[in-house]
Amino acid sequence: MNFDLTEERQMLQDSLRRFLRDNQEALRASTRLGNAENSLGFDAGIWTKLAELGVIGALFSEEEGGFAGAGFDLTTVFEELGRAGAVEPLLDTAILGGGLIAALGNDAQKELVEQVIGGEVHLALAHGEPNSRYDLAQVETTAKAEGDDIILTGRKAVVINAEAADYLIVSARESGATGDEEGISLFLVPRDSAGLTLRGYALLAGGRAAEVDLDGLRLSANARLGTSGAAYAALKRASNRAEVALAAETLGAMEAATEMTREYLLTRQQFGRPIGSFQALQHRMATLLIELEQARSAVINAAGHLETSAEEQALQISAARNLVGRAGRLVAEESIQLHGGIAMTEEYELAHIAKRIVMADHRFGDTDTQLERFIDQSAA
Amino acid sequence: MDLNYSVEEQAFRAEVQEFLAQKLPKEMSEAIRLGRELGKEGHEKWHAILNEQGWLAPNWPQEFGGCEWNAVQRHIFEEECCRAHAPRIVPFGLAMLAPVLQKFGSKAQQDHYLPRILSGEDWWCQGYSEPGAGSDLASLKTRAVREGDHYVVNGQKTWTTLGQHANWIFCLVRTDPDAKQQSGISFLLIDMDTPGIEVRPIILLDGTHEVNEVWFTDVKVPVENLVGEENKGWTYAKYLLTHERTNIAGVGFSRAGLDAVKRMASSQMHRGKPLSENAHFAARVARAEIDLMAMSTTNLRIISRAAAGQAPGVESSMLKVKGTEIRQEINDLARRAAGAYAMPFVSEALEGANEPDMGPEGSAAAAPQYFNNRKLSIFGGSNEVQKNIIAKVKLGGGA
Ligand SMILES: Cc1cc2nc3c(=O)[nH]c(=O)nc-3n(C[C@H](O)[C@H](O)[C@H](O)COP(=O)(O)OP(=O)(O)OC[C@H]3O[C@@H](n4cnc5c(N)ncnc54)[C@H](O)[C@@H]3O)c2cc1C
Ligand SMILES: Cc1cc2nc3c(=O)[nH]c(=O)nc-3n(C[C@H](O)[C@H](O)[C@H](O)COP(=O)(O)OP(=O)(O)OC[C@H]3O[C@@H](n4cnc5c(N)ncnc54)[C@H](O)[C@@H]3O)c2cc1C
Repeated sequence: MNFDLTEERQMLQDSLRRFLRDNQEALRASTRLGNAENSLGFDAGIWTKLAELGVIGALFSEEEGGFAGAGFDLTTVFEELGRAGAVEPLLDTAILGGGLIAALGNDAQKELVEQVIGGEVHLALAHGEPNSRYDLAQVETTAKAEGDDIILTGRKAVVINAEAADYLIVSARESGATGDEEGISLFLVPRDSAGLTLRGYALLAGGRAAEVDLDGLRLSANARLGTSGAAYAALKRASNRAEVALAAETLGAMEAATEMTREYLLTRQQFGRPIGSFQALQHRMATLLIELEQARSAVINAAGHLETSAEEQALQISAARNLVGRAGRLVAEESIQLHGGIAMTEEYELAHIAKRIVMADHRFGDTDTQLERFIDQSAA
Repeated sequence: MDLNYSVEEQAFRAEVQEFLAQKLPKEMSEAIRLGRELGKEGHEKWHAILNEQGWLAPNWPQEFGGCEWNAVQRHIFEEECCRAHAPRIVPFGLAMLAPVLQKFGSKAQQDHYLPRILSGEDWWCQGYSEPGAGSDLASLKTRAVREGDHYVVNGQKTWTTLGQHANWIFCLVRTDPDAKQQSGISFLLIDMDTPGIEVRPIILLDGTHEVNEVWFTDVKVPVENLVGEENKGWTYAKYLLTHERTNIAGVGFSRAGLDAVKRMASSQMHRGKPLSENAHFAARVARAEIDLMAMSTTNLRIISRAAAGQAPGVESSMLKVKGTEIRQEINDLARRAAGAYAMPFVSEALEGANEPDMGPEGSAAAAPQYFNNRKLSIFGGSNEVQKNIIAKVKLGGGA
């Protein structure tokens, strides 16, 4: 057993942490609600530098054109992003978008992965729908063949990074019933395609998303990623990787929240003494630190099983996200409470961090959905 | 024991329902139901409708133009208003300052200020908290120095709710810096148009402009704006706090919130069934509902004791803690029910543009409200401070 980071990952962590700390101001500026309304939703300059630092490459295997890409590489990167409250869409462009093209694309399509790693291209996965909730197989959007063309019709919900994306990866059903794993295909769709309309908006926890309308969008059949109707396994794998990354990001945000709270308890004076001297608050802080270590272990469990069987992965990922969901809510709410009014303000970093933590529960399955998946998996 | 309302109380409830059905504008209740902001004009409009009915001041004695309803009647009124999605009445003038003026104010102050509160001519805000004086309110530093027939006020208040709409602020200020903390504080009424006052917005984490900083630089306040005696302000402030804590349980808000959660959950499909039928989600809702049922009876027990003239003691602290925990839990259920549609920040929708929510009805406001209502356990005496009070009463000694 060895729970230390490898030398490479340690270097990655150090350099990324330093970079994010040095660029704190720019990072924070792009996350505030007032700013996210009329922009990309993140800082383009920071994106370029993340690529130069090799942070995007670290999310892909050598075979895919990167240099790492294992579970612990993902968690190393995302934990740092979470600590810094970064909203840069690495999950969307790299893990989901890049990951799916790397898994399913032909040689021509795979050139995009190289561009993603270089920081030149942005992607978004347009998969969830107004009625799909957290069910990966629930796809109502249709793809109909018309000669050599494909016609896409449907609506995609809360597509993160859609406006910044050069290409959207759109899921659509070519056969089977809504809810079948079989019959789902993925298509690479340039964002400026005719028949594709975006209704963009800011997200409460930073970044931007859009509602995507597909109104008879016409594509050539070679826009399909992989074979017809067979995309589900790759979608599942990409979402597994994204869930591990997201759990790590939330863990990082929880670390930041507990650290800010610890410092505040030591400095804020009321009744002539630091509020951290009240035992009522000391015990609450102790509980947060205990839960934080639980979350850390849960993320390690999930990351360490990302290369194992589908069943083991499902069990570990749902366990991690359920635990991080519960502990994260506690840390977010208690950190605000222990700060008092100051943490209710948009300007205060903890408020943003708390929103990152809680809103992460709304991607890929919330705490209860993860519990159901865990129960299903343990019974199987 | 009799859990039923009396015949008179039932008749009163029917009268309230009738009034709300007739007079509460539909677009107003619709906006409240969807968790949207009303703005200054909206508040003023509802204020005027209630005033015309003579129902604006449920807690005031009749001699001042109030309803003089007892605690049970007030409870029924609040419950029905919440059920009908009526706007909340801004409490600072009506429910906080007025009782203080009625008990401690001069005749001239009563005659001047109380009618203006009813007419809506004056919008009051509460200037208690300061950056360094939150839970430890008695450590406040804003200074008022007597110079002839004026006080000169210097300092800063913060967290001033809706101060951007207010033309008057009631403040706790330090008039005797040498006295023991609580003894050197006075209660001053200050015209917000006086030179030297600056109101700066504070944006909350859900993007709303709800609170402000209020800065005072050499602000001249006529001595007749002092309430009661100099250096006795703490007594009046404590009296005011007992009024701040009426309806602290927020039963009506919780009921309306729970109904909204149920509506949203039945419109959301999860694994092929409405979310409302999902065992895990249904269990969360049921737990909140069970807690609410018991808490609303605790509330009624305390209310009927108050109606019989008994002053509530630690019970109001208990209600504050439990009531806010339940409301916050219901806000949490709403954001869960909204699924991915909890993530968007659609300020236009929240500010009242007539756009339908992108996701299920009520989803746009779900997460903003969840975050905004973290305030419930922080203000009005934080839940930790309430527990200190309970512990002090039951265990004695220092809390
Ligand atoms: C089943 C069992 C087996 C045991 N076996 C052994 C054994 O083999 N050998 C042995 O030596 N002892 C043994 N013990 C004793 C055990 O170590 C004591 O019970 C323990 O130290 C607590 O002491 P106490 O029971 O006197 O409770 P107290 O110390 O009186 O504590 C009462 C309560 O006050 C709380 N409290 C105390 N101080 C503080 C503080 N500063 N801040 C906040 N809260 C505080 C405690 O947490 C507890 O909730 C055993 C006890 C049990 C129940
Ligand atoms: C949205 C909002 C609206 C508000 N509106 C108004 C308004 O209109 N007018 C006004 O005057 N004020 C208003 N307030 C201020 C509110 O009353 C204060 O926020 C509150 O008193 C807490 O003070 P604080 O924020 O400085 O936190 P602090 O007092 O610094 O408390 C920080 C933490 O320490 C805990 N704590 C403090 N003392 C103790 C203790 N002895 N034992 C255990 N724990 C302790 C607190 O419970 C809290 O968890 C508002 C606040 C908010 C958030």
